[in-house]
Amino acid sequence: MSEIKLERIDDNRWLLPQTGKMKVPGIIYANEKIYQLLKGDESAKQVANVAHLPGIVNYSLAMPDVHWGYGFPIGGVAAFDLESGIVSPGGVGYDINCGCRLIATNLSFADVKDRISDLTTALYQHIPSGVGSTGSVKLSGKDEKKVLEEGAKWAVKAGFGLQEDLEATEDGGAMTGADPEQVSARALERGKQQLGTLGSGNHFLEIEVVQEIFDQTAAQAFGLRKGQIAVMIHSGSRGLGYQICDDYLALMVKHIQETKIELPDRQLACTYLNTTRAQNYLAAMACGANYAWANRQLLMHRTRKIFEKTLRMAPRELGMRLVYDVCHNIAKIENFKIEGKMKKLCVHRKGATRAFPAGHEALPARYKSVGQPVLIPGDMGSGSYVLVGQEKAMEETFGSACHGAGRVMSRTQATKVSQGRSISRELADLGVLVMASSKGTLREEMPEAYKNVQDVVQVMHDSGIAKKVARLKALACIKG
Amino acid sequence: MKTYKVLDHTADIGIEVWGRTKKELFGNAAEAMFDLIVDLTGINNVNEKVVTIRGSDAEDLLVNFLREALYLFNGKKWIIKQCKCSEMKSGQIVAQLQGESYNAQKHQLKTEIKAVTYHGLSIEKKAQGWKAKVIFDV
Repeated sequence: MSEIKLERIDDNRWLLPQTGKMKVPGIIYANEKIYQLLKGDESAKQVANVAHLPGIVNYSLAMPDVHWGYGFPIGGVAAFDLESGIVSPGGVGYDINCGCRLIATNLSFADVKDRISDLTTALYQHIPSGVGSTGSVKLSGKDEKKVLEEGAKWAVKAGFGLQEDLEATEDGGAMTGADPEQVSARALERGKQQLGTLGSGNHFLEIEVVQEIFDQTAAQAFGLRKGQIAVMIHSGSRGLGYQICDDYLALMVKHIQETKIELPDRQLACTYLNTTRAQNYLAAMACGANYAWANRQLLMHRTRKIFEKTLRMAPRELGMRLVYDVCHNIAKIENFKIEGKMKKLCVHRKGATRAFPAGHEALPARYKSVGQPVLIPGDMGSGSYVLVGQEKAMEETFGSACHGAGRVMSRTQATKVSQGRSISRELADLGVLVMASSKGTLREEMPEAYKNVQDVVQVMHDSGIAKKVARLKALACIKG
Repeated sequence: MKTYKVLDHTADIGIEVWGRTKKELFGNAAEAMFDLIVDLTGINNVNEKVVTIRGSDAEDLLVNFLREALYLFNGKKWIIKQCKCSEMKSGQIVAQLQGESYNAQKHQLKTEIKAVTYHGLSIEKKAQGWKAKVIFDV
């Protein structure tokens, strides 16, 4: 970060001044501790790079979980004018609609404390995870296209869930404008094999317990209480999404000269929003987003069944209810007030969560009075936070907040540091039972490889973007 | 002889790869990528595929080539053990790939590589040959 000088705005924000060919300045959400960590990587430079893109509005933003990605930083948020602005497949990321869902239960810690091991073993056995895993749902070509058009709605219609699940999913689990004709044969081929799989790397399924409530009113609206058992799922659009991103990135790189857009990094390849190419990408991206929602819906359905069978309890007794499902990697056309006027913008969230406040029209009726649940998983040892979106997010961050703790250590570094240690044993000492299909993944994903999620969340809380509602502690974690 | 090393990148994996010639550099890059994906000791050269790839410049060509090689695994479940580039002219290469189909019972996968990125990509001529840097999204 040596060549980039950040100026402190207040305790939680740093200004990245507009220099050279940057079209707007940048703002990074960080407290002193996170600011010190920024010095070690290239993310500030990436925030500056994004500010070079045409039609960017107000600021190139980074949330407090920001870290070095490719093209956009991870934790990056940028909004573009629909006429003069662009859409960038790399600004959405390969794992289109990688996201989280939180499932609340009627169970308390005391009910399951002796059954955690049974539950985790059953989940690990029946939920496909790990590199190269394939799904248990066989999709015909016709069905796959329906998945791409209808997302989680398809899954619920096919018997994998309840109507109420859709109300608690961002966009109702089905993004509009999805057109499977814009998805390549390669992407379709990869998608057929992987529906209902968790994946590998940072994807996980966790059994958690609500440990602390910060905001009683919001917690009540979200159906969360202290001591309650919940399940968090983190997964995305699998190979289908990666292939869609890669196909359109290749296409945009190929035609970049026609657009006359100067790029500081080729990975930022993009095209103007008012072109057919951009519209085709957005239609394909929506397919990827819908696939991810169907995937998480299927993973939740399976989780419900496993809980029912293992604990020999009826669905009504268990009460496994979706609190919310949010996406982390997406481009969306949303309305924001710019210079006093409402304006439609294309918001890129690359490793960032939508965080709409109370009263927003996109929220389901039951959350309208409190605001949108924002789900923030931490590292395996720490557990997760639930926040609630605030009005300030609409004013400052295009309705966005952080999406996780954010890495601080490279995978190679983590592998080195963990040499000779048993990560699963260390986690067991913290009260977290881990089952992973790869020991390598466990090393790479060790708790020390991440920032302290508490610090990251505190920045969002203190800056008024999203307020803390509840903290959950992990009891068991399944890793790919 | 080791033909590559892993570079530190916070979220993803990068490689620095070497070759005496540009052709060898490309071949070594594909082999390095597969060395990250799978334990290559258990892989045999059972069959061969020939691919012809185009790109707007050397860097783009390298990304497109690795992209195709990665697709052979992600889409076709085929693992590359050895790669030889037989032809290289402006904006195009022809490569012979040897390997075998992935078998979950026999082969040990290590890392899921989602994609080959353009970020931080470079190809340089050095005194002793060629050097490239590539970052993969994992």
